[in-house]
Amino acid sequence: MENKKKNPLATIILSVISILWMYPIALILFNSLKKESAITTSGVFSLPTGETWNGLKNFVASVTQMDFLKSFWFSLVISVMSVVLILLCCSMCAWYIVRVNGKLSKAFYYLCVFSMVVPFQMVMFTLAKTADTLKLNNPYNICIIYLGFGAGLAVFMFTGFVKGIPLEIEEAALIDGCSPLQVYFQILIPILKPTIISTAILELMWVWNDYLLPTLVLDIKKYRTIPMAVQYFRGSFGHVQMGPMMASIMIDIIPIIIVYLVCQKHIIEGVVAGAVKG
Amino acid sequence: MVGKTIKKWWPVFVLPTLAAFIIGFLWPFIWGIYLSFCKFTTVQDVTFVGFSNYAKLMLDKSFSYSFWLTVVFAFVSSILINVLAFTIALALTKGFRGTNVFRTVFFMPNLIGGIVLGYIWQTLLNGLLSKWGQPLLALSAKNGFIGMLILLMWQQIGYMMIIYVAGLNNVSPDLIEAAQIDGATSRQILFKIKIPMIMPSVTICTFLTLTNGFKMFDQNLSLTGGAPGKQSQLLALNIYDTFYARSGPMWKGIGQAKAVVFFILVVAIALIQLKATSSKEVQQ
Repeated sequence: MENKKKNPLATIILSVISILWMYPIALILFNSLKKESAITTSGVFSLPTGETWNGLKNFVASVTQMDFLKSFWFSLVISVMSVVLILLCCSMCAWYIVRVNGKLSKAFYYLCVFSMVVPFQMVMFTLAKTADTLKLNNPYNICIIYLGFGAGLAVFMFTGFVKGIPLEIEEAALIDGCSPLQVYFQILIPILKPTIISTAILELMWVWNDYLLPTLVLDIKKYRTIPMAVQYFRGSFGHVQMGPMMASIMIDIIPIIIVYLVCQKHIIEGVVAGAVKG
Repeated sequence: MVGKTIKKWWPVFVLPTLAAFIIGFLWPFIWGIYLSFCKFTTVQDVTFVGFSNYAKLMLDKSFSYSFWLTVVFAFVSSILINVLAFTIALALTKGFRGTNVFRTVFFMPNLIGGIVLGYIWQTLLNGLLSKWGQPLLALSAKNGFIGMLILLMWQQIGYMMIIYVAGLNNVSPDLIEAAQIDGATSRQILFKIKIPMIMPSVTICTFLTLTNGFKMFDQNLSLTGGAPGKQSQLLALNIYDTFYARSGPMWKGIGQAKAVVFFILVVAIALIQLKATSSKEVQQ
């Protein structure tokens, strides 16, 4: 659209909806700044006042008492390692599947597509046992499990894209004496860059927020990712400190919002690319 | 020639993914199907019992209750999310000022994880319910169900909206202009041109919302935890509960059998839906 139309009514309606849309997050934000006694079931709607203002104490409590920084670290390690591994291995695999295109690679491709529909409950018990047996039950090895379970989506996205790349460039490079690994790193990766970003975003959104898989695979006493920590404190019996709880939710949301605002364009393009390929 | 050269490089290119795929999906999947025919508490004391787990799960009332609750939930949420997401997408493709800001705002909830979402909405909805003198989420199955619907709508409308916006932007303006010259009303343009042209987006959005509705777990666990009793327990949570919250030697086998039924249900619905909506897609 070259010239933007002015339609005050539509803009006003959409603005009102947008403000309502953000209200749940705002509610948690101002409750995270209130004193414990002011966060009651029906008192959540009152804004912090001079009396109930608690400053950043809830955040400090969340970080110190709940060991939230450690959870943040585990979430970060698991997400980054898993996503890097998924991108590297699955793009290689997709290139092979498309170029070799034999019966076996086709079969593997269809298995990957199939794995995307299967609900996690189907494999949760046996997967946790397998992970224990193979000692994949700590934050530094769990990325292998994520590679296995996340391969479906990534292989699917990458094969869709590799199919559209003309063969000639790779052929010319091989004739010039490049090894397949050189062709992959120096030719394929630069061409695949947009898909790599899209897939990275989709997989990152999944791994960062994943709750059930790490809960079943990791030892909850030693390692807690952010979703695990939130559920552990809120879901455990006994008195729950609402202030630090609200602060923990904000500590989870704030980095997400920052990353979102910075790479908004890529995230939205990633979602569209994922849907179109799907 | 590329294929021939890289074929013998499979240990580098395919093996890592393949090995992880077998560990992380294929082996647990096959083992899971086998265990659904067994009685077990740990993996050491497995005895084969044939179809008895499947017979027993038919008698488990909580399962059939969760089954139908999930079916209703998935369909209702899918319809609501798609209709609202499409409406917002239509409004945002009219070329008003500030569409980018609105798009950014509507999409944001999608990035927040299910557990945290559940607690955000629990705080908000319980606050509202107690203000209105209504039973809280954990005390009323109806409120819990509506709460889960609202939560899932808040989470997913933005995602589906993005897909619809992309679809609508791809509809050629020439086509619409031609229709306008022929005297089509804006209603006719919507139903005769825009909707048929974006059927691929409808297919993918219905697929995503339906499968997400069926598989919903985290949000269910944190928003209501299945309370009161098991009356807001969707299938995924029911299976988890059967595995890890019920004592007794037979429950793990039954849980695994439930998971197999659940898996067949999701695959069947996905296939039927893909067939139904993709047959309506027009060739562009």
